[in-house]
Amino acid sequence: MKELDFPFDSRLILKKRRSLKKQLLADEMARTKIKIAVLGGSTTDDIVSMAELFLLNLGIEPLFYQSEYAQFWEDGVFGNDELEAFSPDIVYICTSFVNLQFRSDPSLTQEQSDEIYKHQCERFKTLWSSLERFGCPIIQNNFEPPFYALLGSMDSWDYRGAGYLVNRMNLFFAEYAIEHDTFYLLDLNRTAAELGLARWHDRSYWYMYKVMCAREAVPTLSYKLSLIIKSIYGKNRKLLALDLDNTLWGGVVGDDGVDGLSIGQETAEAQAFYEFQMYVKDLKKLGVALSVCSKNEEENALAGLNHPEGVLCPDDFAVIKSNWEPKDVNLIQTVSALDLTTEALVFVDDNPAERERVTQSVPQAAVVKLTLPEFYVNEVSDAGYFEPVAISDDDLKRSEMYRKNAKRAELAAVAADYGEYLDSLEMIAKIEPFVPIYYQRITQLTNKSNQFNLTTRRYTQTQIEQFAKSSEYITLYGKLEDKFGDNGVVSVVIGQIVGGRLKIALWLMSCRVLKRDMELAMLDELVKAARAREIEILEGEYIPSAKNGMVCRFYPDTLGFSPTDKENVWTLDISEYTNKNTHIKINEG
Amino acid sequence: MEAIYERLNAVFRDVFDDEDIVVNAATTSDDIEDWDSIEHINLIGAVEDEFGVRFKMGEVSGMKNVGEMAEIISKRAKKL
Repeated sequence: MKELDFPFDSRLILKKRRSLKKQLLADEMARTKIKIAVLGGSTTDDIVSMAELFLLNLGIEPLFYQSEYAQFWEDGVFGNDELEAFSPDIVYICTSFVNLQFRSDPSLTQEQSDEIYKHQCERFKTLWSSLERFGCPIIQNNFEPPFYALLGSMDSWDYRGAGYLVNRMNLFFAEYAIEHDTFYLLDLNRTAAELGLARWHDRSYWYMYKVMCAREAVPTLSYKLSLIIKSIYGKNRKLLALDLDNTLWGGVVGDDGVDGLSIGQETAEAQAFYEFQMYVKDLKKLGVALSVCSKNEEENALAGLNHPEGVLCPDDFAVIKSNWEPKDVNLIQTVSALDLTTEALVFVDDNPAERERVTQSVPQAAVVKLTLPEFYVNEVSDAGYFEPVAISDDDLKRSEMYRKNAKRAELAAVAADYGEYLDSLEMIAKIEPFVPIYYQRITQLTNKSNQFNLTTRRYTQTQIEQFAKSSEYITLYGKLEDKFGDNGVVSVVIGQIVGGRLKIALWLMSCRVLKRDMELAMLDELVKAARAREIEILEGEYIPSAKNGMVCRFYPDTLGFSPTDKENVWTLDISEYTNKNTHIKINEG
Repeated sequence: MEAIYERLNAVFRDVFDDEDIVVNAATTSDDIEDWDSIEHINLIGAVEDEFGVRFKMGEVSGMKNVGEMAEIISKRAKKL
């Protein structure tokens, strides 16, 4: 919804929140339902109602619990019946400087200052460890700068200053976050700075309503919260499609020639485009797939991308579409070549007419309104399309994998038959029970995979660890390598042993390895593990969702399971089972 | 004054998402079902935005009806 897309008008959405919510709910989109417990250190009603709008707009339907006024610590540590029964999927601790109850104090000694700091650290640590009982992600605000500085600049570095306490606390929070995998910080400090402290703080809202920031700051804060939640739930965008002329460089390569382009260090404008290219290259490092979507002769596009002063080169892009077809057509082809959906797409173009066309015909795409080159970086970055909550080794290799996928697709097009193509990939898989180094990646997959996912059950890392350690469960992850590179962990299966049967609670696979027979290799290993536990029957279930239609006949058609009395439940007798996979080598080396 | 009420009406309709609202000088929070303490924050803010006016804290808590609100707007608003 355009009112809620970045950059949004805070005052407008505050005023119209009721009708915006009504419109969002009227679209009947299938949304992920999640329960969020907001433990507030001040009044949180507006923060919650704004977060609800942003989350609905991102495909998440939240249900909220809110603690009574400023009861964040008591609720978190001692609990209460309502909160325990609510059983949150996410806990958000919305605290701020007011909760430190500290004033800059010239008469304070160093020892007293240290005592206060340690006491606050202990207080929050107690809260966080109590909240581990929910086994769910925790999002915690860090602290914003106080609304005035008694000691001026000294306030932030002297032990008597409130600014100093804020800085110390924020460092302590960051260290805790580094050590705890499902503990995330909302950077209130930066959020307040982005808006500007003079606009962030409006003390009248504190005196009158006990709200921690100005009214206009509330949507900004809620938006940041929604970015973290969408990232936890795997709803980040994944592909950045870029125009070339006047987007990645100044000038038109077809008219001005490569030498006439503005990119590099020579002029102010050239530096702005250079900085933007640097930023795009950094996104690639983060695992974002890049593509070109430009109206140009391909030869000219490549010449521009090979500009000696530029940062990006043709190899940085998974797909290059440089032709005279309409851009929406090119974008849809790009998305499908990479096995993505249009919801993964961010389109960047300086030309308003192109943007309008894409907005109209690819409504799920995010379309960035570029203004002037010196603002390009922020116009993409501040929207938070790609904001990570963790960076796995897989993320670091992902953009390379996208490019290799595109190459595999080319190879498949020329192979004589499909089996020959699969053999030519020289695939090697590692398939074994969950091991700690992959807990994070496995959790990420269970929360991200939508299409090749038989039951779409979401699990926290704590649950994944429990399955791995329990004798009641059989777990398998599958990692696939081929001659183009390592795809990383791409498949996850969890089965529960119930009365001599193995009920398959979860079977998912990353779409990047579709049609590679990886699912057959997984079944072979699952049967092996089940036999070792003297199980004779596997039971598979399909739970339909808005996105997993592609696997509705997976058990009967792909794996050869037989129907049962129950709809969408199939079984396989494994006493006579013979291995199905012939193209992938398993657990070698 | 009539123009102020017209614009106030539009703000009330937006905030409460109710096209049937008609406010006059005597309207109070008792007359509008959803006008509670939480919505009050939002309503005051939206009125301030519409008229480019800032109410004093004492005024926010002291306003008895929409008439008093309109009175302050007519005296101090920057966007009239």
